Order: sequence, then C-alpha cells, then structure tokens
Amino acid sequence: MRITAYLTGLLLLGLSQSGFAAAKIDHWQTSQGSRVYYVRTEGLPMVDIQVVFDAGSARDGQQFGLATLTTDLMETGAGKWNADDIAQRFESIGAKFGASSSIDMATVSLRTLTEPALFAKALETLQVILSKPTFKEADFKREKSRTLAGLKQQEESPAEFASIAFYNALYGNHPYAHPESGTLTTVAALKSADVRRFYQNHYVAANAIVVIVGDLTKPQAEQAAEQLLSGLPIGKKPPALPDVAPLTQAKVQHIEFPSTQTHVLVGLPGTFRKDPDYYSLYVGNHILGGGSLVSKLFDEVREKRGLAYSANSAFIPMLKPGPFLVSLQTRNDQTPQALQVLNQTLNDFIAKGPSEAELTAAKKNITGGFAMRFDTNKELSTYVAMIGFYDMPLDYLDTFQQKTEQVTVASITDAFKRRVNPALLQTITVGKAPATSGK
Amino acid sequence: MKNRILYAVFLCLPVYNSSAATKVAEHKLANGLKVLVQEDHRSPVVVSQVWYKVGSSYEPGGITGASHMLEHMMFKGTDKHAAGEFSRIIAENGSDENAFTGQDYTAYFQTMESSRLAVSFELEADRMRSLHLLPEELKKELEVVTEERRMRTEDNPQAKMQEHFNAMAFASSPYKHPVIGWPSDIANYTVEDLQAWYQRWYAPNNATLVVVGDVQAQAVFDLAEKYFGPLKPSDIKPLKPQTEIDQLGVRKMTIKVPAKLPSIVMGYKVPVLKTASQESDVYALEVLAGVLDGGSGARLSTTLVRGKQIAVAAGAGYSMTSRLSDLFLLEATPAEGKTLADMETALKAEVKKLQDKLVSPDELQRIKAQVLASDVYQRDSNFYQAMQLGTLETVGLGWQKADEYVPKINQVTAEQVRDAARKYLLEDHLNIAYLEPQTMTTATAKNKGAH
Repeated sequence: MRITAYLTGLLLLGLSQSGFAAAKIDHWQTSQGSRVYYVRTEGLPMVDIQVVFDAGSARDGQQFGLATLTTDLMETGAGKWNADDIAQRFESIGAKFGASSSIDMATVSLRTLTEPALFAKALETLQVILSKPTFKEADFKREKSRTLAGLKQQEESPAEFASIAFYNALYGNHPYAHPESGTLTTVAALKSADVRRFYQNHYVAANAIVVIVGDLTKPQAEQAAEQLLSGLPIGKKPPALPDVAPLTQAKVQHIEFPSTQTHVLVGLPGTFRKDPDYYSLYVGNHILGGGSLVSKLFDEVREKRGLAYSANSAFIPMLKPGPFLVSLQTRNDQTPQALQVLNQTLNDFIAKGPSEAELTAAKKNITGGFAMRFDTNKELSTYVAMIGFYDMPLDYLDTFQQKTEQVTVASITDAFKRRVNPALLQTITVGKAPATSGK
Repeated sequence: MKNRILYAVFLCLPVYNSSAATKVAEHKLANGLKVLVQEDHRSPVVVSQVWYKVGSSYEPGGITGASHMLEHMMFKGTDKHAAGEFSRIIAENGSDENAFTGQDYTAYFQTMESSRLAVSFELEADRMRSLHLLPEELKKELEVVTEERRMRTEDNPQAKMQEHFNAMAFASSPYKHPVIGWPSDIANYTVEDLQAWYQRWYAPNNATLVVVGDVQAQAVFDLAEKYFGPLKPSDIKPLKPQTEIDQLGVRKMTIKVPAKLPSIVMGYKVPVLKTASQESDVYALEVLAGVLDGGSGARLSTTLVRGKQIAVAAGAGYSMTSRLSDLFLLEATPAEGKTLADMETALKAEVKKLQDKLVSPDELQRIKAQVLASDVYQRDSNFYQAMQLGTLETVGLGWQKADEYVPKINQVTAEQVRDAARKYLLEDHLNIAYLEPQTMTTATAKNKGAH
C-alpha cells in the first residue's frame, strides 16, 4: 500500500499521526457494463477477487432460502466438472473459492496466487462456475438436505432464535424480515428449477460488480474482469427493493427456550448506506455500545454490574435501513434487571447525547485506528466490495476520518432523537422466563 | 476465552511460515523477556502481543480456569492505573485490544498505528508486575466469566459434548479440564488464588513479546528495554510433567442434552511435535489430516458428504503444536436417515483405508500446493504471523520451527502417511462420544404489549 502524508485532525491536536492514503481505487466498466473496482497491492504474489450480485436473501421473494441455496450450489458442478473436479482444480493450485449470500448481496470469491499458470487455471475455473453452473438434481437434493440439517441445528441456539424473531419484528412483510438461510418449511419446498431460474435472473452482467485487490497490473485486472463475466448475458438489474414500513408501536416478545441464559435484543430499523446521518449515528453508537471494550453499555452492564459477558450496540447499514440493535445475554433470573439497565442506558443516551469528552475519545479511537481496518488484502477487498456494491464515493476511505472529525455532540443528539425513537423499540427475549427458571 | 475459535483456525490452516519470508529478529532482555520482531512494511500498523507460559493445562484441580479468570482481571487495575483505565487509554490511542487464554498460553494483544507502540509497552509492562487484585472487582468479574461459560458452553450442545469428551479422553493429562474451568471452581476462586497464580507465572522471564508490523527491529528492542527492562524476574518453578497414562482400550460415552441433531466425535491419542520420539511421524499425521479434511476435495467431503452421503458435515483435526500429547479428532453429523453407528462405521472405514492403501500422488500434491499457497496468504495478516511465533515460542518449540514447516511437509511420503495411520490410529487408543439429542421445546409468547 502506498503511503503519503496527509493532514488529519489528530495532527492538529499535536499527536503524530501519519495519515495515509487509504487505497487508490481504480474503477471502470467491462464491455458488458459491469462495474469493476481494482486496487493494486504489492508485496505478496496473491490476489483476492470478488464478484458481487444484487442477489441476496432480499431477492428470495416468498421462497425464503433460495438465494443462499443458490450460492451453496455454485461449487457443486459447472461446465463438464462435478464438485470433485472443481475442488481438485482449485485445491491443486492452493486457490480458495467461496460463495455466500447475505441479505443484500451474493458474493462469489476467489483467493489465488498470481503466478501466471496458477492464476490462469483459477480464473478459468471461476469463469465457468459463474457462467455455467449445472445445478444437477442430485447435487440440489444433497445441498438442500444439508441446509435443512443446518436449519435444525440453528434451533439449538437461543441466539439464532432471538435474531430470527428480531428481524421479523422489525421488518414484517419486507424482504429483510426472513432469515437468510430460509426456514424448514420454505427450504423443503424449493425445487432445482427455482434455483436455476433465480440464477438466470440475477447472475447477469448488469447486476454484477467485480472487485480485484492484489498484485495484478491494471491490464491484467482489466483482462481478468472481462474474462470472468464474458459468459454471462447482460440481463438487467432487479427492481428496487420496497421501502421499510415505519413501525407503529413498541413491542416486547418473549420466546421460551430451555437455556441457562436469556438473549436480549432491542432495536428498530436504523440506517442505510447512503444515509446523510450515517457518520453521526456511527460515531454516536461507538460511544453508546460500539466500542469493543470501552462503551457506555459495556460499562453499565458488564464493568459496573457483571450482568453479561457481552453487551453492545450496532447499526448495520444496508441498501434499505438495516437494524439498529442493542444486545446482551444474561442469566435467566437477571433478565428484568439487565433489560432495565439496557433501556436506561439507551434512553439516557437518546435524551442527553454524549459528553464532549466522550466524543473526543471516540474520535481518537476511530480515526487513530482507521488504518487497521483494511491492513490486509482480505479486509481491503471487503471494503472495496462495499464501496462498489452500495455505489459509495471512491474516496470513501480517504474521507472517512475527516467526516468522523466533523461529527459534533449536537449532530449525534439530533440524529439519535430522529432515528431511534424509544416509543418504537422492538424487544425480543429468548430463554427461560424468570418466573419459571427458579434460580 | 477464544480458545474454541483458535482451535477452528488450526483445524483448517497449516500453521507456519516458510523460511523464504520469515525474517524474525530476536533479542533477550537481561531479565529474561524474549522479544521477537517481524517487520512488515505494507501498512503503517503494528500488532504487539505479550505471551505468558501459563494456560489451563498448568492448573491443578480446584482452580481450573484460573488462567482465564486472571486474564479477565488483568484489565482491572494496577498500582498506577484504576480498573478500566488500561482499555480507555488503549482506545484513545486508536488501538484495538483483547486477550485470549488457551490450554498452553495466555496472551494479550493490541493492534495500533505503528507510532503508538510505546503506549502498549508501557501499559503491558505495568500490568506484568503491578496488578491490583481487588475483591470487589473479582466479585463482579466472576459473574462475567460465569455468563461467558453459560454462553459458550452451557447453552451450546456441541461445546458441552466437547467438554465431556475431553474429560473422558484424558486421565492424567491436564487437557482433561476446560480452559474456562469447571463451574464449581469458577464459583470459588479467591483473590488469594489469583494472586498466587499471578505471582507464580507473570514475570518477564516467563513471557515472550511478539511484535509484527511497520517497525524497525532495533527500535522495538530499545523500546522494550526502556519499558520492560526494569522489571524484576521471578524464580519460575518448573511445571510437573503430568504425562497422560497409556490408554488400554476404547472409551465411549453418550451425551444426552436438549438438541436437534446427533453427532459423533472420535479422538485417537497421538503425539505432537513436543512429545514425538520421531518428528517425521508428526508431519505425517499433519498430512493425514489434510488427506481427510483439507478442503472440499479432501476425503471426508468427497466420500462421506458427497459420495455416500452419510454425513451432512464431517471434519478432522490435529494440533501438532500442543504442549502435551493430544488427540487426532474426527467429527461428523450424520445425514437424515443415517445413524451414529453408520457414521462411526464410515469414519472407521476411512481410517482403515489409510492404513491399507497408500494415498495417491494427486492427494499429496494437493496438500503440498495448499501448504505453499497458505504460506503466502498468511503473510497477509500481521496478527496471524504473530500468533504463530507466539504459540511456537510459548509451548517451548521455539519460533524457528516455523521455518521448517513447508520443507518438512514436502518431505512426507505416502508410505509415511500409511505408517502413521497404522502406528497411531489404533482402536485401543480411541475415544468416542455420541451426542444423543433430547427433545427441546420452545414456545413463543407473542406481543406482551408495549413497554
């Protein structure tokens, strides 16, 4: 990574901080119109490639789990190769393939050495997977039953139960409401033809971005991006996702579960990627519960009272407002007390905002630690994929610290008041209700 | 306690660097603190880790988990700094920090912009010798650790099985108890217990400082002299060997817990680098683990998950850098309609195949290619590199072992893999746990109304 001198707020405060140009992101389109984002990193003969489609679980329709099963099947057959052949092609050259989906995105990724013969083989394999997946019936059946087993196993976990109920409470009928891997009922109903159709509609050039981070020259990167997507039809982008319906009232929902702890989640739909309030919410949340071992929630719940191992809060920005969530886990009989501390801390923060001292400390942590967020190829490629997928400014990483510095106590207080209305909070508890747990 | 996470890392990645790029500078302070520096100038950041030679395998009965408890208490104040101050100062310097405890080590780390390294050194040096263990802080933190145990173990069927399995598999080895400790031990720690544990193990001559990142080795040594140099060494009494007794026949157990899926774990007693009479056996076992579970093309996936479809998931694991002899693990979840008995038979058939037939040249080539590539990929992460050096040094192998990994793996032959399977994967040295799910009921009470 190149390092150049550049002034930050910290430097003005008299601390020696050599801010560095985060990463020079080069951007172009393939001949078929797919957006490409490329960063040259030197020093190691390797590259991380991601091809990202707007094909996450938000595109499932009523067939919950379809997007995830599609990515799960990508490596099970393509062109004339079966799953064993594909595994052998990648592993015999030490390349690592991955395919996964989140709510917004489906991501197909490759990490490989850049030595020409190895790189060529890895790229060819990836290209065939992207453009000629076979989705054979036998593979489909097997992966579907593995997914069903995974869903059953999820039911052993109070954390999973809580998360599923939480998204459901926040999003109702919105495509963000259902779990990414679907439900036992919806996955059981899926057919291989559904996967094929989902792939054909969504895995198209107009709906793809390519991210290349590593030791490739620009001409090599251009050629790789072109080759990777050459087998895909241009197609079109899926329609815009519906807006998230506003909540109308606060709700508390308890799920009885045979665990020793109760998992508590409190929140509401929070912020989206291009939100003008994003930085105020982000920095404010860092003070409230985002800092890993230093935050108001951590202090009140764990440090002062020993009520939980982890207590934190987060905004998860997505295309549409993703959740703002506050969470902790505590011994069943302590749930009312822990929930009370959680709500008190949150409500106080919304009512009063942070102090100047807290804001200064948070800014120092965020800006001072900024370089560590993408000091590996892998982390950097994840950031670049985020910038590309959400169509953020290419200088996002370069301006992040400056925008953090511009946040004020007033802007945080204002943003939280408007965006986190205590009268609309959804509360989920999963565990043994205190009355029945008898400790 | 991140032991389980680390364990997962060791299951799927080769653990070392090759000599090609490992340029470690070493310096020992007069008080015995060993300092290792690996320069990596790709990004203006650095990771600093302090490793102590103490972990759950050092603990006698009655205070199991004391190392982990002490790890928590290390954030609770010193002569100079009040409880929580450490983390506040670190955070204000833009640094990330945490700590982890394993069977063989306790380690503390900060990652930061490289000019802030002195902040980390000053604070770590301070808490190496001047910790304040206060009863009221211990009382609260005990609750935190108990919540941690509930979250990680009590409410997780797989983790529970693992805990019971280790307790059965090991008889005289301290690997029999969990890193986080048994519940009644956790409930009864006293300040005196932890004070004694701290005084016994926390000293410069029982620690290794590992720094990887955008630094100059000599400057780091100077900085280490400045902050850690004045610390007094301790008289560290040697640890008793607590060697595992020979196992005299297969051991089996059933775990009945509320769960949804059955599963099986099988573990053969095997030596590790520290304990093997013949080092090549250990590298052969490492390759053997790769033959079974080195990705989607390895045997457990191709044969059991895809081919015969007996398992929905199957894995193998071997941690060659443990301090004491350990287990070669096979774990699997049977597919719908298959039983744990089917699963056991299938796993044993895979073991038998390894004993009867030589692995193919393709399989060996695949593993060697993966090791070579991983060797490059690992250098993408300062943290991972520091972990390797710290682990090797702390278990007593020495960081130089890192340089031997790629060449030693490359020397392993198909015959050696077969012979290792014949020599070590023995029925009489096998331990098996079956997880038999018990009904679990859940019920949703909807909409308890607005609050």
